[in-house]
Amino acid sequence: MADLFEAAAGTAALERREARRKLGFRMRGFGDRFFGVLTLGLGLLILSILCGLALALILGSAASIQKFGLRFIISTDWDPANDVYGALPFIYGTVVSSLIALLIAAPLSVGTALYLSETAPEWLSRRVGFMVELLAAIPSVVYGLWGIFVLGPWLRDYVEPVLGEGLGFLPLFTGPRISVSMLCAGVLLAIMVLPYIASVCTDVFRAVPRTQREAALALGATRWEMVQIAVLPYGRSGIIGAIILGLGRALGETIAVAMVIGNRPEISASLFAPSATLASVIANEFAEATSSLYLSSLMELGLVLLAVGLLLNVAARVLVLNAKRGEGEAR
Amino acid sequence: MIPSNSDVSRQFRRKLKSDLMIGMTAFATMLALAPLFLVLGYLVSKGASSLNLDFFIRTPKPVGEQGGGMANAIVGTFELVGIACLVGIPIGIGAGLYLAEHPLSTLGRAIRFAADITMGVPSIVIGIFAYAVVVRPMHGFSALAGSFALAVIMIPLVTRTTEEMVKLVPRELREAALALGVPRWRTSLSVVVRTAMAGIATGVILAIARITGETAPLLFTAFGNQFWSISVTHPIAALTVQVYAFAISPFADWQRQAWAGALVLTCIVLTLEIGVRWMTSGSARVPR
Repeated sequence: MADLFEAAAGTAALERREARRKLGFRMRGFGDRFFGVLTLGLGLLILSILCGLALALILGSAASIQKFGLRFIISTDWDPANDVYGALPFIYGTVVSSLIALLIAAPLSVGTALYLSETAPEWLSRRVGFMVELLAAIPSVVYGLWGIFVLGPWLRDYVEPVLGEGLGFLPLFTGPRISVSMLCAGVLLAIMVLPYIASVCTDVFRAVPRTQREAALALGATRWEMVQIAVLPYGRSGIIGAIILGLGRALGETIAVAMVIGNRPEISASLFAPSATLASVIANEFAEATSSLYLSSLMELGLVLLAVGLLLNVAARVLVLNAKRGEGEAR
Repeated sequence: MIPSNSDVSRQFRRKLKSDLMIGMTAFATMLALAPLFLVLGYLVSKGASSLNLDFFIRTPKPVGEQGGGMANAIVGTFELVGIACLVGIPIGIGAGLYLAEHPLSTLGRAIRFAADITMGVPSIVIGIFAYAVVVRPMHGFSALAGSFALAVIMIPLVTRTTEEMVKLVPRELREAALALGVPRWRTSLSVVVRTAMAGIATGVILAIARITGETAPLLFTAFGNQFWSISVTHPIAALTVQVYAFAISPFADWQRQAWAGALVLTCIVLTLEIGVRWMTSGSARVPR
């Protein structure tokens, strides 16, 4: 009798334990499913941020797109007083200031990257690489402040007179010299995008296989010839990608440019004249936009900026990824 | 065979050219780094002389009055960044975990692509987004809108670092936990994330440094404020916006304070950047 009772109790305990285990499994399944759904949701949130971003800008600029159509892109009239808006002066300012920046920054970045990956001893390369990264860490408003009070006056007093005398026959280097100018914005942008281009280029050069280098050296190439034969061709698409990435940065850079470019919506042949960029005009006028068409036009400028930026980013990423994977042609 | 004279001179020319070009790369590097020292030098020389106790404990004075400080802007920056972190860090880490666990699925690729693209969107455009999504519905500039913009900038940065760091955690570690009967979600959180913590923290701190220095997306979201305010539904001051406003003002005293503000801002940002690299160089970085 007692045995039977014990056995029954044992069975009951076993059943209880079994039930607990099943519950545990179900709980575990629940926990895993909950966690899976949660991380999926957060991932989807990122997708929706990007879609929402594009959607918000398109909806926001609808009024301006309807009113001006394509004329918006090719018109030079930016006249808030009469509620007429055209983006061309800003597109021009953005393109030219970014080109100046790349013209200066690209060769310096490639040189710096070559120094870091080929020339400098390991200990020095690490420290210099760190300093290049610091260059990227300084907030852009600080660059802008420095641009207003140091770089701008310096360019006006020392660089622009030299350019004016030597190359004054070009319309680029004529006109009155003031401290806020397209040139100043371009130079400041060059300083700001250089670390990005340089660090991507360094990665690309470091991805060049050792065997490529050794083969060139074994054939009797000097170090520079090795760079020319093995490193640069191998990294070509990566360099182009890095420069495009820098271009994307330069186009979108806002506050530093707004501080030194002078913000005048005019197309002037001279680089000494003030100008304005897409980003700088948004920064300056958005909070004070009085009419809804004005606001809508500013949003359309943002949309142009977003579209160009997306295009450049996709292109650059494809090029850089290919180069880093070592799929670049090695000729 | 004895090398002829022209061979020797050619050899010499090649060597010379090589040394010259190698020297040029060193020169390019010096030119590239010069602005770093120039900017920091001016910042210290002009900023330090303008720093005083008032700067840290007072709010800006109206035009024409000397003195005042940026206490409200310093607090405002911390508040904006703090709220952005509260929202951005969990979202970023969660999404990063998803990417690490579904690296090759179509959705995973799409999300990774979206994160990369969002990282490249100019921050002023993100400001417009925050204006459309937060400022307009709330009918006014607010600290929340500013934090929203900063969070949007921060999330893809945290996501991508988390993904990279979690991928570095050895498979065996995860398998060992699963073999012991630990549920997947607990394995993810207490084994995988914990192992990758140092790396994730590095990424998070770098993201914080980045958004602390942002000005453009705050201009028409947080807007700035000359007065003391910590309310999340009202415009709030930020160090960057204050420096910008004072730098472009025509008043010498404000310009002086802009340098002081820029110095403090740069100190905060560089401390985060350098601190993180110093702590992780050598040991703490996750690759093991």
